[in-house]
Amino acid sequence: MQSQAEAKYEDSEVKHAQHSEFVSFTVAGQAFCLKITQIREIRRWSPVTILPHAPADVLGVMNLRGAVIPIYDLSARFGLQQTEASERNVVIVVSVHGKPVGLLAESVSEIISINPDDIQDTPPVDSRNTMDYIQGIISHDETMVRIINLDAVITVPEQVIS
Amino acid sequence: MAGSIQDTFFEECEELLEAMDEGLTAIEGGDHDPEVVNAVFRAVHSIKGGAGAFGLDELVAFAHKFETVFDEVRANRLGLDTKLIQLLLRSSDHLSDLVSTARDGGSTDEAHHDVLIAALEEYIDEDEEEVVFQPMGLGGAFEMSPIEVEKERVYSIRFHPLKDMYGTGNEPYFLFQTLADLGTLEVTLDESELPGFDALDTDESYLIWALTLTTTEPKSAIESVFEFVEGLCELSIESDMDEEDEANALAALEAAFGAAPEEGGDQVAAPFEPPVSAPEPEAVAAPVAAKAAAPKAEAAKSEQRGPNPTLRVDLERVDRLINAVGELIINHSMLAQQIANLDVADLRDVETELEGFKNLARDIQEGVMSIRAQPVKPLFQRMARIVREASAATGKTAKLITEGENTEVDKTVIERLSDPLTHILRNAVDHGVEKPDDREAAGKSRSGEIRLSASHRSGSVCIEIKDDGAGVNRPRVKQIAIDKGLIPENADLTDSEIDNLLFLPGFSTAKEISNLSGRGVGMDVVKNAVTALGGRINIASTPGKGSVFTIILPLTLAVMDGMVVSVADQTMVVPITSIVETMRGSDDMVNNLGADGTLLSIRGNFVPVCDVGGALGLSKADQDQPPGVYLLVETETGQRSALAVDDIHDQRQVVIKSLDGVCGNIPGVAAATILGDGKIAMILDPESILAASPSAAAFDTERRISNAIAS
Repeated sequence: MQSQAEAKYEDSEVKHAQHSEFVSFTVAGQAFCLKITQIREIRRWSPVTILPHAPADVLGVMNLRGAVIPIYDLSARFGLQQTEASERNVVIVVSVHGKPVGLLAESVSEIISINPDDIQDTPPVDSRNTMDYIQGIISHDETMVRIINLDAVITVPEQVIS
Repeated sequence: MAGSIQDTFFEECEELLEAMDEGLTAIEGGDHDPEVVNAVFRAVHSIKGGAGAFGLDELVAFAHKFETVFDEVRANRLGLDTKLIQLLLRSSDHLSDLVSTARDGGSTDEAHHDVLIAALEEYIDEDEEEVVFQPMGLGGAFEMSPIEVEKERVYSIRFHPLKDMYGTGNEPYFLFQTLADLGTLEVTLDESELPGFDALDTDESYLIWALTLTTTEPKSAIESVFEFVEGLCELSIESDMDEEDEANALAALEAAFGAAPEEGGDQVAAPFEPPVSAPEPEAVAAPVAAKAAAPKAEAAKSEQRGPNPTLRVDLERVDRLINAVGELIINHSMLAQQIANLDVADLRDVETELEGFKNLARDIQEGVMSIRAQPVKPLFQRMARIVREASAATGKTAKLITEGENTEVDKTVIERLSDPLTHILRNAVDHGVEKPDDREAAGKSRSGEIRLSASHRSGSVCIEIKDDGAGVNRPRVKQIAIDKGLIPENADLTDSEIDNLLFLPGFSTAKEISNLSGRGVGMDVVKNAVTALGGRINIASTPGKGSVFTIILPLTLAVMDGMVVSVADQTMVVPITSIVETMRGSDDMVNNLGADGTLLSIRGNFVPVCDVGGALGLSKADQDQPPGVYLLVETETGQRSALAVDDIHDQRQVVIKSLDGVCGNIPGVAAATILGDGKIAMILDPESILAASPSAAAFDTERRISNAIAS
């Protein structure tokens, strides 16, 4: 497990860059982060259009300047309870396979600068899902921040709808 | 890389084949103008040239024969009689087959190929003799035959480079050097234009050269030297030829430089084609210079002659632009909404400006939409061939007359219209037009006439296919429908209802019956194709006079007319084309059937009800609630159902946004659109909603009854 996680970002520039900037946010009360370069923009939450027959973690679609983009509830995606509607909720727009996808998070916290050496491998826990979705963890201001493995969270769009 | 060049060649072929068809159609229509003949010749020649470059031997060989015959026509050594025109038409069909074969693989009909080659050769053989015996006296063009060229001539060339020529890095010295290779060259500098030192503009070009070249080379060789500075210099080439020759040469020169409209067709193209005009069919591989010069001159000319210069653009870029413009319009309406909500006393100026913004945005939208639009001409031209083939196959004579070829329709619509049109036209020849003898007996001309026309009609495109045949045999059609159980025996149908029975899916399944019926082979397929395009089709027939098929299509596929409804608190859009009628329900209309089947009684007919919210997996409609609104829809199979929705808001044009690739294929949903408030609304697909609804299949019997009587 150790070596597998190691290999995960062996090739990525995360390891080699001196300091990388990450955007941290809360999902179901837990701190997560994504590399800033993976994020296209962060938008205020607005009601989405529900997709018929969509699984619980697919909230629906949103209009992003004329493009129709699917919105995922990260919390539900991680197997936690659905995110409750709140004024502070944000949609983090990321690009997966060249297509924009929105991720619903509770709130955005801050931008943190991380030395790649400080990234710890995810210790093995008894949750298959979590292990796939989390690329590594860091300790920041006394809290544990989880680095999301975007490719594992959002697979090819065609597989979204069951 | 090689693939992309080849792709370009095939794209060009499309245009050339179109030009060829167009020319041949004109010739068939009696227009024997040398320029038309030339246009066809040039098209065939260019295809041959390109095909040669890609080693498409079969295509080259055939194009060569075709071209040679045309050359004979061009030189007035061959009269255009009906037989020859028919051969040329068939050859052009075959040529486009060969091009498609070369592009898509597969094989062509060898026997057909050989027959055509043989037929073409018949014309060539005869005329080759003529050429041998009388190669002269056929107009100036033939002065360029190799024998003549041997003679040494003195050319006076006046060459004045424009400043742009220097700007492109061209150097007169090298041009002169190349000229010197052709013969003996004398160069004199004419500096008369040179202003005084004070007035000298260092960027201007003042120098003019007078050159005298003594050479045995044809003039085209000299022209090709200057080919690369075409348009960048003032050039005149004169020779010591006699006057007639000079006029010729001038015309050729002008043609080459695209400076003036050419007069005599054959005088123009011939100088570039010495090997083809020469009585040596082997000389397919024309000298490089001549080959290089010909397409250039053709390009210059076709640009001049063609109605509009065109630009090839990647469709994706256009789509991106359409998207952005759609967004601009939505953005406008959001802005307008917010300004209207502002609590400010005087907004008049802002509103005026906003109105201007709106008009501008609409203009841009229209402009952008029109980028995708293309004239239906190429499609119609292809149809001429369908009619020819169908006539040949059935032993009837029918002529296709096209109208409104310049009507523009969305590119995708044109592409998808090809199959249904083919079908209708084949049917028109096969079943509509009578046999020549029958026609004569009926007091009509022996040859049938099919009129294919396109026009714009209030925001839609109307395509009409009209034949002057016998019309629909109504008693027979009705009898067949009864026999097939499509309508009840005692059904009382109007004439137009009987005509429209042809579109019923069951009508055409059995071939032997439809052969008897006279009409209707696969007409349901045609209807489906048209409906899939968001259009509708109608037939009107007059016994003994013929039938008219009318296809009404939306201008573009990117925009569609939709009815905005609400379903389970969501706003959704239902395509207008699938809605037959809408009605507000009342208690006495709803009848329960079985456990959860619901039937709606509409003027005595029972139609199954499908709850849209439930079918989409959204909240199930509350049974205790008063019945909402029903949309009566008709599916591709002619089945009628009532879609229950909560409310109808309005009817408007919506911009279609595909959901494939975003969320995959969602049952019941065709696409999405963005409403004025910036929200996304699902565009429903009634067909697949009904397919998902269990109540749908249960009412097959009811469907037939209701369908027959209500249609």
